[in-house]
Amino acid sequence: MFKHKSTLPGFRISLGYTIFYLGLIVLIPLSMLFIKTSSMGLKEIWMVVSHPRTLAAYRLSFTASFIAGLVNVVFGFLIAWVLSRYSFPGKKLIDAMVDFPFALPTAVTGIALTSLYSQNGWVGQYLYQFGIQSAYNPLGITIALIFIGLPFVVRTVEPVLQELDPELEDAAASLGADRWQIFIKIFFPNLIPALITGFTLAFARAIGEYGSVIFIAGNIPGKTEIAPLLIMTKLEQFDYTGATAIAVVMLLISFALLALTNFLQWVSSKRIGMG
Amino acid sequence: MSIEVKAIDKTFGTFKALDQVSLKVATGELVALLGPSGSGKTTLLRIIAGLETADCGEIFFHGDDARGKMTKDRNVGFVFQHYALFRHMTVFENIAFGLRVKPKALRPSEKQIKEKVHELLKLVQLEWVASRFPSQLSGGQRQRIALARALAIEPKILLLDEPFGSLDAQVRKELRQWLRRFHDHLHITTLFVTHDQEEALEVADKIVVMNKGKIEQVGSPEDVYHNPASVFVLNFLGNVNIFHARSSAEHKSGEKPAKMYVRPHQLIVSRSPLSENSVKVVLTFVNLAGSIVKIDAQSQKGEIFQVEMSQEEYRALKLTKSDEVFLTPKNIAFSEYEI
Repeated sequence: MFKHKSTLPGFRISLGYTIFYLGLIVLIPLSMLFIKTSSMGLKEIWMVVSHPRTLAAYRLSFTASFIAGLVNVVFGFLIAWVLSRYSFPGKKLIDAMVDFPFALPTAVTGIALTSLYSQNGWVGQYLYQFGIQSAYNPLGITIALIFIGLPFVVRTVEPVLQELDPELEDAAASLGADRWQIFIKIFFPNLIPALITGFTLAFARAIGEYGSVIFIAGNIPGKTEIAPLLIMTKLEQFDYTGATAIAVVMLLISFALLALTNFLQWVSSKRIGMG
Repeated sequence: MSIEVKAIDKTFGTFKALDQVSLKVATGELVALLGPSGSGKTTLLRIIAGLETADCGEIFFHGDDARGKMTKDRNVGFVFQHYALFRHMTVFENIAFGLRVKPKALRPSEKQIKEKVHELLKLVQLEWVASRFPSQLSGGQRQRIALARALAIEPKILLLDEPFGSLDAQVRKELRQWLRRFHDHLHITTLFVTHDQEEALEVADKIVVMNKGKIEQVGSPEDVYHNPASVFVLNFLGNVNIFHARSSAEHKSGEKPAKMYVRPHQLIVSRSPLSENSVKVVLTFVNLAGSIVKIDAQSQKGEIFQVEMSQEEYRALKLTKSDEVFLTPKNIAFSEYEI
């Protein structure tokens, strides 16, 4: 019933392999998380998870990641737009620079950003004059998360923009649409699925991000402590079950959010006739 | 609305797409821009629509200078070869697009839009597809929807860029005749680009033959077919045979005919030579399928000739493959002279 006659054989073996591999690499480690957590009583789990410090960490992690994701959607889209529609000297260089956050070790990113945004850093000192403290603040965390999430949006939106038929623009113009109407009514609806995918990837990456954040965060419990760091702290105190309890809740929230964005993406791509 | 184009130049990099092109199209005419790919016909169409800007030259719509106007203000309907329908909108929304993007003061009410769209769907005989998406339509249907969409803004000029280029032969023929009837009904000044001479000859009031960025000839279909202005036009509008003249007869002004161009149906086939211009050939291929018989023949020098005759003539001559016969030009479509 799943099988279509196809020129390349090996449906059964490749599906079997896929399930085995996913099980080994993803499902077994994740289920260990649940097994480990289930050794605690429900009451204890609730105690850990509903602790003000934990709640503050969750809130910080998810809001900072969410804002970083949104910022990346806007500016990542702009970069993708420029890269896919114009050609100019140095374009290849800019194109390569977009991938930088992928390749840079996260700790390096963290140190670089911290020295830049701290009170006497190149950028931080000016922000400080306006009363904005960027490092050791949720703002700094968001900046770090924007940095690491940028390529996800650019690299998902760019191919879709390149594929958009320039004749659509011509057609809309001949029908009397101005540039803004062309953008809102023609480009935007066609780009929504890619933008959602880009956002989801950047957001998911940001939630799990640890290395680049801890330097710039300052890690003040209840204020600038992200959830992954809290998990690390628990581990360092040999509170393994506490750490896994926090992790399980993060996993569930992340899963729910990913399911939601996948659903939105499915709806929007159905609307543009790709589903 | 009439269109006048004066001395247009357009270059892309080092490629000269249009070279001093001037053209006049009268109100209500159906004009074909005919030429091979790279001849500049699409570029000319896009410049008239404002989708491309000319390097120099002038464009007038009904006597008004159109150069400063953007595409969106030119009120020109444009139909693309690959339809360019908005895939994220239903057929209804595609057609309504031009009405919905009008400035608020000019925008029709929702009810008027609905009426207009249904009227257009009726015109293109596709009333039942309003709620479908373009991906659910066939090529011919898509092109008709694209036309309805272009007509929604009530353009004074309709421009079609190879409108039937990506359709299969059967649908092409149907739509071609449909476009002719449709134009006779609406009388919008229409320009369409094509590389198919049959299409141009069958549909247009006037044909503009283009080659290498220049206009070779402008005229009615009969005119360009029977009185070609150049060898290029002659070749482009149909098959042609070349005879190297042996005649010593001198043309006025002391020129000697060097080459005579003869269409396949302008040849007489005979068993013996009829004049000093007759050429001895061997029949290499005979195609009897169709209303006329198409014959390929080869001379001793290796020149290939194409001959067309009626089935009756063919039977009367009792020809078969590899017969040796003589070809004599009946009429000459075009002559080149050496001075």
